[in-house]
Amino acid sequence: MRIPSAIITLIAGMALVLLGQWVANDVNWLPVSASTNAPVYDELFRVLLAIGTMLLVGMTGVVVYSLIRFRRRDGDQQDGPPVEGNLSLELFWTAIPAVVVLFLGIYSYDIYDRMGGMTDLNAHGMDHHAAELASVRQSQPGDEERIWGGIAPASSNEAVLPVEVTALQFAFVFHYPEQNITSGELHVPSGQAVELRMKANDVIHAFWVPEFRIKQDIIPGQPTVLTFTANQTGDYPIVCAELCGPYHGGMRSHVVVDEPESFATWVETNTPATLS
Amino acid sequence: MTIASPPSPSPQPLRLQPTGWLRYFSFSLDHKVIGLQYIVCGFLFYFVGGALAGVIRTELATPISDFVSRDTYNQVLTLHGTVMIFLWIVPVVNGGFGNYLIPFYVGARDMAFPRLNAVAFWMIPPSGLLLISSYFIGGAAQSGWTAYPPLSLTTPAMGQILWIVSVLLLGGSSIFGGINFIATILKFRQPGLKLMMLPMYCWAMLGTSILVVLATPVLAGTLILLSLDIVAHTGFFNPAAGGNAVVYQHLFWFYSHPAVYIMVLPAFGLVSEILPVHARKPLFGYVTMVYSIMAIVILGLVVWAHHMFTSGTPPWMRLFFTIATAFIAVPTGIKFFNWIATLWQGRLALNSAMLFSCAFILQFVFGGITGVALAQVPFDVHVHDTYFVVAHFHYIVYGGTVFVIFASIYHWFPKFSGRMLNEDLGRLHLALTFIGFNLCFAPQHWLGLNGMPRRVAEYDPQFSLINQISSVGALLMAISTLPFLINVVMSLLQGPAAGPNPWRALTPEWLTSSPPPVENWIGAAPLVEEPYGYGSSEGRIDVNQARGQDLWRQQP
Repeated sequence: MRIPSAIITLIAGMALVLLGQWVANDVNWLPVSASTNAPVYDELFRVLLAIGTMLLVGMTGVVVYSLIRFRRRDGDQQDGPPVEGNLSLELFWTAIPAVVVLFLGIYSYDIYDRMGGMTDLNAHGMDHHAAELASVRQSQPGDEERIWGGIAPASSNEAVLPVEVTALQFAFVFHYPEQNITSGELHVPSGQAVELRMKANDVIHAFWVPEFRIKQDIIPGQPTVLTFTANQTGDYPIVCAELCGPYHGGMRSHVVVDEPESFATWVETNTPATLS
Repeated sequence: MTIASPPSPSPQPLRLQPTGWLRYFSFSLDHKVIGLQYIVCGFLFYFVGGALAGVIRTELATPISDFVSRDTYNQVLTLHGTVMIFLWIVPVVNGGFGNYLIPFYVGARDMAFPRLNAVAFWMIPPSGLLLISSYFIGGAAQSGWTAYPPLSLTTPAMGQILWIVSVLLLGGSSIFGGINFIATILKFRQPGLKLMMLPMYCWAMLGTSILVVLATPVLAGTLILLSLDIVAHTGFFNPAAGGNAVVYQHLFWFYSHPAVYIMVLPAFGLVSEILPVHARKPLFGYVTMVYSIMAIVILGLVVWAHHMFTSGTPPWMRLFFTIATAFIAVPTGIKFFNWIATLWQGRLALNSAMLFSCAFILQFVFGGITGVALAQVPFDVHVHDTYFVVAHFHYIVYGGTVFVIFASIYHWFPKFSGRMLNEDLGRLHLALTFIGFNLCFAPQHWLGLNGMPRRVAEYDPQFSLINQISSVGALLMAISTLPFLINVVMSLLQGPAAGPNPWRALTPEWLTSSPPPVENWIGAAPLVEEPYGYGSSEGRIDVNQARGQDLWRQQP
């Protein structure tokens, strides 16, 4: 009995959707998620992975099937059918990618909004975060306007921990202005928003913590701000992600996410004695 | 009465140019000679670039910097990128196949500006040698092929300046070629050949050349400003002198994103020529293919800032460039669906040209999917400047373009040389390249997602195993060139004769002898109104018996 091709297509399509779902939900390609915006990111990644798997496996399947099913037998000098096009088919595969891409665009816009990326730093001055920002600006009177890193603004209810980051060839230097601590590695309390005020003096560097899913270039002449909230204690790598010279590969550091109590202890032990 | 005519003083007609093998080393004006000069010259540079890639993969086989010094490593990665883009892919898919095929396709005897054409080619070997020699005189540029300031201002000036000069020369060559292609395609078509009768490669080259002419001058201007910053200590891009480093990135990517289409659109065109011949079916959806190319050209000019999502671009810009970039997937997708529809129900010859083209389709689709993902700002913010991006663009430029270059060599070698290539060696070449390529680059996606940045000589030891797998893949890719080289040399010497049209193809380059005579056809050029008229047997001439004259327009 011949099975109608419509049914085969339907079954193949359902199998593809199931495969995409399975890959997206049960295969883990990403490192540990350790910040509040990482799960949001992972959600987008799973959607992209599901759609991508379906497309790749589907296209591969059709090409391989064609190569086997329609291969030329020895001595066959005939041509295929003279089909030059099919308007409705072409409209179909113009419309489908357009819809998928549009959906992805809107969806990633939403994700980006939830990460806080659409918030302009200047618009921040309007909301109740203004006080902190004003204090930032007052504490650095000569400083020019900073460029918003575009990810994860501080949730405005809680206190923000400011950290000044200086990137240079080939290290990150972290300075806690309120505690007057200078450190080669970043210590942050779990659950509290951290605002990195970043500047570079020599060349462009980039601050990347894979477990936080955030990255921001540190550009000489254009100070940037990056805010995140870590929520998983641990020791994660900080990686420079912009070619910055011969030792670029060695320009790494750590971010240690502590429970608030242990962070307080760390601050206490590291605060210079002159302050107390 | 007979008149004894005096013996002719010069029995040989006067030749202005060398004729034998020497013509390939001369300032020849023949578009076919220039095309082959581009291809062979590009191939030599491909070996240089490949050897540099070998250095990179050897260094990355261990997590510490132990194979070359760190300075050298950065020089190597800069040279690898520059050589592969500006000396191998761009010249070969544009200048190489473009020069060889476009005059045939428009029914012309040569390009519109033959001397400009020869000048464009002869700018390439000197600038390539200049670029490579910079390594030996004081060290090559170390700031990557992107040459972002301030890094490019602080690394040794000699290497950076030589890099700028050679890229400027190569860009000039590219512009000369682009002008020539536009003029040839629009003005040198033979009477009766309408635009919508042109083979798809002409459309691809028209679109590409528009991009070359619009975008390359921007790169040239930018690099001149950069060189002024280096030698005259101006402050265009130098923050220490009040300049702006991000402006350079905008200007650089305004060229360098279209450069991706400058590499990929001609490859799309070549595949559109190869598939119908070996599938014995018309190219599916000719008109939508043409519109897709033009849509890619227009969209390609307005997506550059997706390379800069972590450079502190304002939110509206991120949103705009996300949408614009993702929308390029629509015309590109149309082309891929049309190719698959061309294959469907065809009579597919599973030869090297066809298989390389199908491998291209699969790999480019993979690269396209990761490309749409990378266009999404939140996703890009995590993987930007990591090995995920490295994997993505190698799937586009190697899995896409280089596979098409090989498919094209298998397809057109009989025309170039008059001899057939060995298909068994060709399929071995395909298998090794396909496995090696995917083994090398597929695992790099995982590396990028999990925290390995690009352009590093040393990395976290947890990535050792995957990097070693990747290096094995690179080794396999290097080995895969051997059967190809053996094949080309053996076939040139003793391959079976190809005859004018071994593939029973309909496009005009096959309607003449192999290799073709100097002015392409003896007698009038054939007018091919249906370059993809496969599949209908009615009212057609058997192409094995056809000569150019048979294809003249005979109706009034």
